[in-house]
Amino acid sequence: MSSFRLSKGGRIDRAKPLDFTFDGKPMQGFAGDTLASALLANGRQLVGRSFKYHRPRGILTAGAAEPNALVTIGEGGRTEANTRATLVELYSGLKAKSQNRWPSVDFDLGAVNSLLSPFLGAGFYYKTFMWPAAFWEKVYEPIIRKAAGLGRATYEPDPDTYEKCWTHCDLLVIGAGPAGLAAALTAGRAGARVILADEGFEPGGSLLAETAAIGEKAAAVLLEETLAELASLANVRIFSRTTVFGWYDGNVFGAVESVQKNTAAIDPNRPVERLWRLAARHAILASGAEERPLVFGGNDIPGVMMAGAMRSYLNRQAIAPGKRTVVFTNDESGYRTATDLEAAGLEVAAIVDSRVGAPSSWAGRAPVFPGAVVQDAKGGKALTGVTMIKGGALETIKADALAMSGGWSPIIHLACHRGARPVWSDAKAAFVAPQTQDGLTIAGSAAGVGALEACLADGAEKAGNVLPSLGFSSAAAAFTPAVDTATVAKPLWCVRGAKGKAFVDYQNDVHLKDLRLAVSEGYGHVELAKRYTTNGMATDQGKLSNVNAIGILAEARKVSPADVGTTTFRPFYTPLSFGALTGASKGKHFQPVRKSPLHDWARKNGAVFVETGLWYRSSWFPKAGETTWRDSVDREVLNVRKNAGICDVSTLGKIEIFGKDAAEFLNRIYCNAFLKLPVGKARYGLMLREDGMIYDDGTTSRLSENHFFMTTTTAYAAGVMNHLEFCAQALWPDLDVQFASSTDQWAQIAVAGPKSRTILQALVDEDICEVAFPFLGAKEVSLFGGKLTGRLFRISFSGELAYELAVPAGYGEAVADAIMQAGSPHGICPYGVEALGVMRIEKGHVTHSEINGTVTPADLGFAKMVSTTKPDFIGKAMLSRDGMVAQDRLSLVGVKPLDPATTFRTGSHILSEAATPSLENDQGYVTSSCFSPNLGSTIGLALVKHGPKRHGEQVTVWNDLKNEYTKAVLCSPVFFDPENEKLHG
Amino acid sequence: MASLIACPHCGPRPKEEFTVKGDAAIARPAADAGEDAWYAYVYLRDNPRGRHKEYWHHTSGCRRWLVVERDTVTHVVYAVLDASAQGETA
Ligand SMILES: [Zn+2]
Repeated sequence: MSSFRLSKGGRIDRAKPLDFTFDGKPMQGFAGDTLASALLANGRQLVGRSFKYHRPRGILTAGAAEPNALVTIGEGGRTEANTRATLVELYSGLKAKSQNRWPSVDFDLGAVNSLLSPFLGAGFYYKTFMWPAAFWEKVYEPIIRKAAGLGRATYEPDPDTYEKCWTHCDLLVIGAGPAGLAAALTAGRAGARVILADEGFEPGGSLLAETAAIGEKAAAVLLEETLAELASLANVRIFSRTTVFGWYDGNVFGAVESVQKNTAAIDPNRPVERLWRLAARHAILASGAEERPLVFGGNDIPGVMMAGAMRSYLNRQAIAPGKRTVVFTNDESGYRTATDLEAAGLEVAAIVDSRVGAPSSWAGRAPVFPGAVVQDAKGGKALTGVTMIKGGALETIKADALAMSGGWSPIIHLACHRGARPVWSDAKAAFVAPQTQDGLTIAGSAAGVGALEACLADGAEKAGNVLPSLGFSSAAAAFTPAVDTATVAKPLWCVRGAKGKAFVDYQNDVHLKDLRLAVSEGYGHVELAKRYTTNGMATDQGKLSNVNAIGILAEARKVSPADVGTTTFRPFYTPLSFGALTGASKGKHFQPVRKSPLHDWARKNGAVFVETGLWYRSSWFPKAGETTWRDSVDREVLNVRKNAGICDVSTLGKIEIFGKDAAEFLNRIYCNAFLKLPVGKARYGLMLREDGMIYDDGTTSRLSENHFFMTTTTAYAAGVMNHLEFCAQALWPDLDVQFASSTDQWAQIAVAGPKSRTILQALVDEDICEVAFPFLGAKEVSLFGGKLTGRLFRISFSGELAYELAVPAGYGEAVADAIMQAGSPHGICPYGVEALGVMRIEKGHVTHSEINGTVTPADLGFAKMVSTTKPDFIGKAMLSRDGMVAQDRLSLVGVKPLDPATTFRTGSHILSEAATPSLENDQGYVTSSCFSPNLGSTIGLALVKHGPKRHGEQVTVWNDLKNEYTKAVLCSPVFFDPENEKLHG
Repeated sequence: MASLIACPHCGPRPKEEFTVKGDAAIARPAADAGEDAWYAYVYLRDNPRGRHKEYWHHTSGCRRWLVVERDTVTHVVYAVLDASAQGETA
């Protein structure tokens, strides 16, 4: 046991014990613990095995940069792998497991990898497994995957909910440490709308672990007073447990707030995480600085810890790191830790300070060794001591804890998300970001400020500077200016002569020799070295390792870190759960569901539904005794052609078009003429794209001089609406025309079949006989003796005498019921889109199966529809290009098997009768096919070279996927009632 | 692209409400402008580095087509005009 809880002190609430388990073993912590501090309090320093060599690893940091203490939290669908124990707020019932170990973290067989380490060095992926190629997939990769890697994801669904929201503020302050608090307070006092976001469960940052006084005031008191004042300001919101993970265009910041990640009793009515998009007029980045590890042998042995983290655990959670601690530092930070350890009555065995001129202000008991370095840490699963080199002499010091500090790197991640590059500063011995960018200012230690008072002053000053530009008078800064008394030492990138592995990137097991090897093999460029060694490529994105790696590369290349440069910072700052990114868009909320106003009518009539886009459409209506869908569809088709049928066509797009130029507008939108469409008439229209291909089709009716009613296909309803708006607003803004989508406002019902007129006449007050309401009639009608007004259209997709009746959506079900009732003596049946499809293929009517983006009007037999007299319409100019009028274009034909007992499938290709399958021999393909109960055979529509000239030609229909060859004959696409005699009843 | 687009009718709105169509600097030729002009209008597009005008539709808002002038490198939005007004200022 190398760590334990002190009997007093810290910010934990000893009256609130919390029970949790680690690898199944019951443990106890207190409110105010993180999982990491609670593990340390239970003497659990060894918490995981490393990625590649399976080395024992302990808790290294107390924050977001933690590379080692990755654990799996939760069970079942709530399993979360690779969670940093340092950021997990302890709660009662928490279940944590160590990762990457077998059979246990204490005894791990994978540690044999350490013996293979000569083969696992930099570039080993590229070198070792180059040949034979097949070995990679079959042998090496499975072995590596089994041996390496971190946690395992669960296959069970996440039972929890997540949400997304927007919010706005004048000033977003990122980080609630000294600089952030000072900035928020200054801006809050001035009346600005402030959001103060911090990833911790308690705001305060480094103040939470600070024992020093600021002026006359203890840090803890200052923090308490500041938080109290912020809480009293209605214009300040504090978002705790909220990580700002990205800075995006328009000064929008992404943040994730943990709402219920700190409890085992999850309220299902609240989200567990909330993804925020914060639109800030300005932001202050006060994200602090990251302490750098020192690179010496065995610097990953459990018991070695960052000096600042050790101090944080000591002062926040009353954790003793061990009984005898060595401090290895080239920075003041090590002395602060030593001071607090001694104040807590703990022994500091030595302060090893790599700087030759060590500070004289040390007044503690521990001996200081200036100009000395720790060459190696000793121990296996726990630290036992260190070897120190001083003046060439080797000295062994017994110790069970080692605090290290290699100086501080400003956390500038977010400031570099929008293209700014970090710049090396010799004065600060660190990479710094531009101090001010449009919309963002960096403050405090993130800006390279060192001393605590200076950070407070800097935060206050930076907020004060930005307030006038936000329209607030610059109130007095919350903290007075202070000189930055912190000194900056020359960085110590690595210790020479180490015996053991000196790790640079703990999480990816990259050590000093790997980086030196990368340089010697020509991969010294920072981007190359990253990929060659995998330094900085783990889930921590090199938060601890990148700057050291750059320093080591610089030394090896004998240049300045400025010449090495950095790799690119990209969102996210820390890993984000898929749940937060998904938000509410999962399960039935993945996409909206659209249901026709006749959905319930169809369901009570037994419809089987099919999803088409967002819509649920009725496919067929099975009756008792029917065993296959074909039974139902065949019956529906035969009944419509013999008696009558009713079909829900409400999903077709419907657009009301108004304006005195509406007719002129439609004339330019469609390739056929619309200017002189009479009031009370419907017309089939073909809409082209500007490249001459058909875009969509449908009927448009003129209900009055300046009011048209357009229908579109179901799939293209939204696209056509956008297209009409573009043409009206961007191309021809001088035309007086307006649009309103009314798809959802109308229930539209097709009634088709020889008896359809008789049936509908029972509902419609006006005479709808052939003379009074001929084919393509369109008008408003009175229903049920004046009780209701609807729109009646004499149009037909089935080829039968047919009508479409539109009534306000809310009346749809009642009207459909009434039609069924009136039609019952006449044998009416409901029919679905499958029967509709069969009847339209029998009639050679096209849909988007044929209008597939590659066809011109002429290709589908509509050449004569295209106006030659209109001065302009969308698509006109391109229609005359050579390729558009080529004779061998694929054109519409019918196709049917020679032997009605045989069949073919949609998508099959057409070959000349004796031709072998090849690209050269391909004559076209089947676009639609079905079984026609009227013809007793499969029939199809196809796009075939010279199609219309080849009626009667025998061909082979070929499907390579199914290895099917069907002898067939090309024919007219109109299989049924070619003279259109049935259309008029 | 910018996270927010300042619609002249609706104010700054999230980009998810909008749909981009493409180059707004090209004008639809007259019907008789000839094959080359039409070929260029339908098929040829510049991919400029820097300032660029594009059509954006405020699909989930006011449903107006807008001309957004933005920088393809910095993503700065310089101006947003209603498409029907572009002729007056171009
Ligand atoms: Zn708008």
